[in-house]
Amino acid sequence: MGLTKELTKDEYLSLYETMVKIRVFDETAAAYADSGELCGFVHPYSGEEAIAAGVCGELTKDDCVCSTHRGHGHIIAKGGDVNKMWAELYGKATGYSQGKSGSMHIADISIGIIGANGIVGAGLPIANGVAFALDYQGKDAVCVAFFGDGATNRGTFHEALNLASVWNLPVLFVCENNGFASTTPRAEAMNVARVSERAASYGMTGVTVDGNDPLAVKEAVRAARLRLREGGGQTLLECITWRHHQHFIGDRSDYKDPEDQARWLSEEMDPIPRFEKRILEAGIADERELAEIRERVDAEIIAAVRYGKESPYPAPESMYDFVYAD
Amino acid sequence: MAIMTYSEAVQDAIQQEMRRDPNVFIAGEDVTRKHTKVLLEEFGPKRVRDTPISESQIISLGVGAAAMGLRPILIMSFMDFLGCSMDEIMNQAAKMTYMLGGQTHLPMTICAAMGAGIRAAAQHSQSLEAIFAHLPGLKVVTLSCPKNAKGLMAQAIRDENPVLVLEHKALGGMAGEVPGGPFAMPFGKADVLRAGVDVTLISWGRMVHRCMDATAELEKKGIDAEVIDIVSLVPFDEEGVLASAAKTGRVVIAHEATEHGGFGGEIAARIADKGYGFLKGPIKRIGAPFVPVPFSPVLEDRYIPSTEQIVSLAAGLF
Repeated sequence: MGLTKELTKDEYLSLYETMVKIRVFDETAAAYADSGELCGFVHPYSGEEAIAAGVCGELTKDDCVCSTHRGHGHIIAKGGDVNKMWAELYGKATGYSQGKSGSMHIADISIGIIGANGIVGAGLPIANGVAFALDYQGKDAVCVAFFGDGATNRGTFHEALNLASVWNLPVLFVCENNGFASTTPRAEAMNVARVSERAASYGMTGVTVDGNDPLAVKEAVRAARLRLREGGGQTLLECITWRHHQHFIGDRSDYKDPEDQARWLSEEMDPIPRFEKRILEAGIADERELAEIRERVDAEIIAAVRYGKESPYPAPESMYDFVYAD
Repeated sequence: MAIMTYSEAVQDAIQQEMRRDPNVFIAGEDVTRKHTKVLLEEFGPKRVRDTPISESQIISLGVGAAAMGLRPILIMSFMDFLGCSMDEIMNQAAKMTYMLGGQTHLPMTICAAMGAGIRAAAQHSQSLEAIFAHLPGLKVVTLSCPKNAKGLMAQAIRDENPVLVLEHKALGGMAGEVPGGPFAMPFGKADVLRAGVDVTLISWGRMVHRCMDATAELEKKGIDAEVIDIVSLVPFDEEGVLASAAKTGRVVIAHEATEHGGFGGEIAARIADKGYGFLKGPIKRIGAPFVPVPFSPVLEDRYIPSTEQIVSLAAGLF
């Protein structure tokens, strides 16, 4: 793969750090949700880190993303502030939305994160609106719509891919196919083997990659951007992955095959140990350097959790703020 | 002043605002080949766009574009079709400013046609404004004459929030005086169409004309009625309505939507709560019966609240 040779050591380590940061963030959030320290729904991204890191690693500050209910990874990878994220998980006044969003609606407009979304499939057509605006404003930027395999069965998927294609919008559709729509296995919900096959209906390119390999994701995004720039149209990029947790923390239903679960969580399949091994074997960095990154990330998340916990709750009367803009 | 029809006045407002602000664009169903051909000629295909019949996408196009600083006008054709984009209106457009803690806001205008009377049956004739007035974050405006069609439409485009603008399809050809130059009218300020002292007739949209017609009949009975067009359901001019109710002591609320669960109930409750002391009788409501809009002319004509029914309710208060 050409990209493997092109990437600098810093780029490798940056991808690694992003993935580790997402993992530590969401494993902590999962544990805190499980213990009752955090309230509300938490949908951990653990296991899917290579996708957010690979995609957002190819984006600039002007590029935008529309995220999902399982969105912490996208926000971290796009450069979100983990302090403000943790404060939001705690419902605190210092959170991204001053305690109005919780886990599922985190956004940072200043760095192109147009919002996570609690409604499956809602982000795709909004991403088209964002892409339309980028084009209207003459910016050389794209909007990425992240969504799961479940979202591809919604009408909004069809409406969005169709319009993106006929209007030739600067948008990239990234499907995180983790095999389950909430608890329903993919095969029970669609009769095609690959989500990417659906691209043909819209005259766009469909690509399937190993979603647990950040370099494969990165390379596919780079190719998709090039295709867009050269007039080759939009891409539906399907990233095959697996979510380590259930749909949300507190979802006790037992629907995963234990053998599949064990296989996907093994060191060979889990995207983080897999990438570590690759870095070490290629001699890009040594174990000590990776350990330093992990320690730095641990400290950052510990500080973010403390920031969230120690921040004040919003004043009750702030409930009335931002219903309408002035 | 210029004489123009209600439909022309809406278009005049759009043209006025598109000239004023390059961030305004218009997109939706049948935009370039039907409603707004003149806009395409003046502003070109970048700002005047037909969309596929994809209601969810049309509203979301507006959400995404407005979040990025544009000012979309979205043409949704019949109000009944808003059901196809309900998530995008209810869960996205109306809530995004709030959920994002004011990081961005959505200056977007959603235009749709309400009302019965054109023999279009149950899926092309509804008045569903109460459903939308129930959603915090959205503003809901009704146009009742050429003048406010221009003024309120212009204001909707200038507003920093999602605004649902409801045109009444029976009023499109109505002609009247409209200010020729740049012009906008505020929301949340009820319009007193006729001053009177005996009874207040409250309505919006097409029903204001039936209330006005009713005043002539009531006058023959020695009843001097005041007629109020509330103009916008959200924001609602509670103060203006209460002031009129305090003056007359009698209230009839008339709307074309089904009486059951209609916005008239909200108005009646507010008057009962805050104006009980000055009421001289019960607050009366008239809306459509709790049935889908029927097709047959005989049935549809009976379905829409009539001038006679308004007269009868008002006269019954004396």
